[in-house]
Amino acid sequence: MSTTTPTLKILVADRQIVRPGDCLALIEGVFEQKLKHIPEKHIYILGNRVYSDVVGVVSIENNTLSVVPLESTYIPRKDDTVIGVISGVSVSSWSVDIKSPYKAILPASDVIEGFNPAIHNLRNYLDIGDYVLAKVAAFDRLRDPVLTVKGKGLGKIIDGYVVEIKPSKVARVIGKKGSMYNLLTNMTKCELVVGVNGYIWARCPDERVLDVLVKAIRLIETKAHMRGLTEEVRSYLASKLGVQL
Amino acid sequence: MSVQKPVLIREDGRRIDGRRPDEMRPVKIAVGVLKNANGSALVEYGETRVLAAVYGPREALPKYMSMPMRATLRVRYHMAPFSTDERKSPAPTRREIELSKVIREALEAVVFSSLFPRTGIDVFIEVLQADGGTRTAGLTAASIALADAGIPLKDIVIGVAIGKVNGVLVLDINGLEDEYGEADMPVGIAPNLGEIVLFQLNGVLTREEVKVGLDMAFKAAENIYKIAKEALYNKYIKVLEEVKFE
Repeated sequence: MSTTTPTLKILVADRQIVRPGDCLALIEGVFEQKLKHIPEKHIYILGNRVYSDVVGVVSIENNTLSVVPLESTYIPRKDDTVIGVISGVSVSSWSVDIKSPYKAILPASDVIEGFNPAIHNLRNYLDIGDYVLAKVAAFDRLRDPVLTVKGKGLGKIIDGYVVEIKPSKVARVIGKKGSMYNLLTNMTKCELVVGVNGYIWARCPDERVLDVLVKAIRLIETKAHMRGLTEEVRSYLASKLGVQL
Repeated sequence: MSVQKPVLIREDGRRIDGRRPDEMRPVKIAVGVLKNANGSALVEYGETRVLAAVYGPREALPKYMSMPMRATLRVRYHMAPFSTDERKSPAPTRREIELSKVIREALEAVVFSSLFPRTGIDVFIEVLQADGGTRTAGLTAASIALADAGIPLKDIVIGVAIGKVNGVLVLDINGLEDEYGEADMPVGIAPNLGEIVLFQLNGVLTREEVKVGLDMAFKAAENIYKIAKEALYNKYIKVLEEVKFE
């Protein structure tokens, strides 16, 4: 059974704000005796009703119902691009804060070729407070996430500026098929790397553009649950940067 | 001469504060009142005022507290020293430890804690002003704060107390009614699911009285739930207005 059954009778509007326990839809012809939870969609089914499990915004696409939460915590997944802050140094690895309940590990052998704990001092490579752009190499909920910096563009962040946003708003900064991301990069001529854990690394031509970019990102963050946000950001950037629409 | 018991039910059938037996005190709910917490709520049932703050899911510390299959819920119900008319020692009392436990168990019934294995969710309930019904107001505040923190929940929990004073069943007892009444029955209700997640009884009620009392509680929970939903909604509407004014 899926929520895409044609007999789904949706009771809410697209983009409506819902709360935990709000009934979103009725399913005809199906009766779930036990509670069935679909965590990715933030809904659960009990009896013949579909409920929301978070405070969020309803999204209806192709008769599929889901709720986009307004607040959330970042839970690592394999192959996620994340930006972390080094929070601890041990003999053979770094511990990295990736704004998640789980502390990430970055093994030294990953950063230093031919690593030997007797020779290499990890603080000479990455020290506490440094930002790193990394990928989640492994995470299985029983062990803490392991990061890797092997890959194009990954590694210590040495220039630019890192903006912190709520992890629940990352999807909005990227936009549908990257529309918002493209808008931001095209109009400001900044290079942006979005870490899915809620950090954005920006490299801008000058301070003024950076300032405008950060304000635009803040705008997206506060108005994430609104319609027509892309257009609003476009006009905001145009008015601040003096670029033709 | 000793201290006289106040007249709890007046001749016209109204209560000491002028309410009808089935009338709630005015309920006020504010969401997102603390910046540093992931979620927070301030709940007022008349003169009772309770603040709840939720942190997490975050690393469960100390480590041995973490559970491999689900998040650990830690709840601290605490009365501020200034919340009562006589100073209350800030050290946790037996009563507070018990209430922390029952509120935790009530919340565990609605939190989808298996989504966050090995983590901890901390809930702090601070009674700022006590006038009866602090555990029920605290439970309401805690569940709204959990929702505000974006933690997946089955439902919001609404706490409401039923009491018996001078042989009359009353809704949402205040401090005096609690002190001099015959029974106090706090109930935690998940209104959408129609489930009871907390149930306690102090004193004696007949079977019939419990039934009638629960009916009253469910009706009242429905009303408080509406206010709670409105409050959660308003937080985001307010954000929109603030942005407009910039």
